[in-house]
Amino acid sequence: MSETPILEVETLRKYFPIRNVWKRRTGWLKALDDVSLTVRKGEILGIVGESGCGKSTLGKTLMGIHQPSAGRVVFEGADIAAMKPHQSRALRRHLQYCYQDPGASLDPRWSIGASLREPLTIHENLKGDAATTRVREILRAVGLPEGHLDLYPHEISGGQQRRVGLARILTLKPSVLILDEPTSGLDVSVQATILTLLLDLRQQFDLTYLFISHDLSVVRMISDRVAVMYLGRIVEIGTAEAIFETPRHPYTRSLLSAIPKIGGARVTDNFALEGEPPSPANLPSGCRFRTRCPMAQPVCAETDPQLREDWPGQAAACLLA
Amino acid sequence: MDGDLVRVQGLRVGFATDAGLAQVLDGVDLAIRPGEIMGLVGESGCGKTTLARSILGILPANAARIAAGEILFEGQDLLRLDEGRLAGDIRGRQITYIPQDPFNSFNPVFTIGTQIGDLMRWKSPLRAEGVSGRARRRRDRERVLELLHLVQLPNPESILRKYPHELSGGQRQRLMIAMALLPGPKLVIADEPTTALDVTVQAQILTLLKSLARRSGVAVLFTTHDLGTTYEICDRITVMYAGQDVESAPVAAFFGRPSHPYTTRLLASLPTTRDAISGIPGEIPGLITPPPGCRFNPRCDRAVEECRSVRPSPTAMGAQHLVRCYRPMQESRAA
Repeated sequence: MSETPILEVETLRKYFPIRNVWKRRTGWLKALDDVSLTVRKGEILGIVGESGCGKSTLGKTLMGIHQPSAGRVVFEGADIAAMKPHQSRALRRHLQYCYQDPGASLDPRWSIGASLREPLTIHENLKGDAATTRVREILRAVGLPEGHLDLYPHEISGGQQRRVGLARILTLKPSVLILDEPTSGLDVSVQATILTLLLDLRQQFDLTYLFISHDLSVVRMISDRVAVMYLGRIVEIGTAEAIFETPRHPYTRSLLSAIPKIGGARVTDNFALEGEPPSPANLPSGCRFRTRCPMAQPVCAETDPQLREDWPGQAAACLLA
Repeated sequence: MDGDLVRVQGLRVGFATDAGLAQVLDGVDLAIRPGEIMGLVGESGCGKTTLARSILGILPANAARIAAGEILFEGQDLLRLDEGRLAGDIRGRQITYIPQDPFNSFNPVFTIGTQIGDLMRWKSPLRAEGVSGRARRRRDRERVLELLHLVQLPNPESILRKYPHELSGGQRQRLMIAMALLPGPKLVIADEPTTALDVTVQAQILTLLKSLARRSGVAVLFTTHDLGTTYEICDRITVMYAGQDVESAPVAAFFGRPSHPYTTRLLASLPTTRDAISGIPGEIPGLITPPPGCRFNPRCDRAVEECRSVRPSPTAMGAQHLVRCYRPMQESRAA
């Protein structure tokens, strides 16, 4: 892993308008509110948080599926957020987004081989034998036999479809892959094989991952660094070890204390965090975690804390940490 | 063993499909004692929901074929009980259900109060005692408010006037738990009750479920695919694979000395470190033509000839620790 950033995000905002029945705007839903982070080449950056914290919006905004409301996204040296879609298209080819179930995006009437060739024809003008060679190479990489090229999606299992979906994304040789909940809904034994595959592919193709997940134990296992999000903000970011061993933000601590640890103390014996996250359309003043925070003080209602990098390799947005 | 609240024996259930009969449960045994929390663990398609629904008697009548076995509830066989007794006295009264999805389990056009009122009209424990009229309605209302308080819903009176969409997922699941306990059941079947929830809410709900079960002495059959949650709240765990029960043990023995090769592989699939993680090679067999014998044999690296012909019967590995394997693992495992 090198220190060179491959993707830089600066004060990225994505506000969705909230409209009443007459289509008049009555407020903003702040899905991303000043998110800044740097992804280094070759690393796996895990992004965790509960539903509605903005982790998927972050992935989609980086990818250009949502237009950002403000902020910069610098990818391989160019600000792709400011570009028109047709200008950034060539650059974004190396930035790929992988939906929860990449297999579901396969066309049921196309053979696996045809699906895998399509991106090559569109983006690289690669045809004939050259395309076939590339497709075979990728299929081998995701652990599928060559005979699968002539099969149709319904003829292979769900796990294999997922592999084909991944292969399809890899045919364009991306440098950064945004994986949005790649293992949710999978059984643990299948999840384990997919995680091993992802680690393998990263080595083989020199990939950088943005790994979005709500599953903390998976993120802990796979990530080099981890960002914890709460209501559209990054509340803590740091090396996986720092975040999981010495969490500074009270939200990170609560989140970690909620994961069942087999063999350890039972969460059900002493879990303290109360309530559920408030709506991102109606944020509390000051620190957005203060309404649930066990440590909250009056000052937390007045000042909105920013990320402070007060610890080696770790930054937290808390006034009291 | 005598004194079991529920004893399922040799239950065989198939589902008629266009391709043939899918053998979803293949001779399953399960015993739940009064007041215990039993975890039923397995991957998707292993039959845990079918087993839970068989106990409740809510299998789809047009497709499900119960070929053999018995489900004894306090000694009487539910499979041979007439539907009237089952619907009036057992289902929803002595055995209740907490569904996986708290979002679609309420009727969106009625208030919570109306829906709980409907439940109490038919399933109130006072109805069974023969109390009726105004006295029953008053006492039922007190009981409802008390339970809403117990599941830590703020302001029970106002919750009753709300519609389901006005509540969060966690609140709805708390309501589901309250509604499952209202009839005063002996067994609650909780079918993946925390799967749809965030991890902090899951921790709250598990804590609540465990303390309420302990307090009211009700037995819980808790199905899940998440081994971590079973560690949190269960007393005993039964693992299923492709329609067969493979191992059953108290929690400490289950995680400390798992004996079935499938159980150990499942535990090894849990994410820990990058080097230690390993999946299970192969895939779950089709249930229309399942492999004979132990259904795990095609994926098992310890399989011998016997495994491919006759399904092993339960062997005791310790107190209440049963495993169905000819060559069980012996080593204990650092949990």
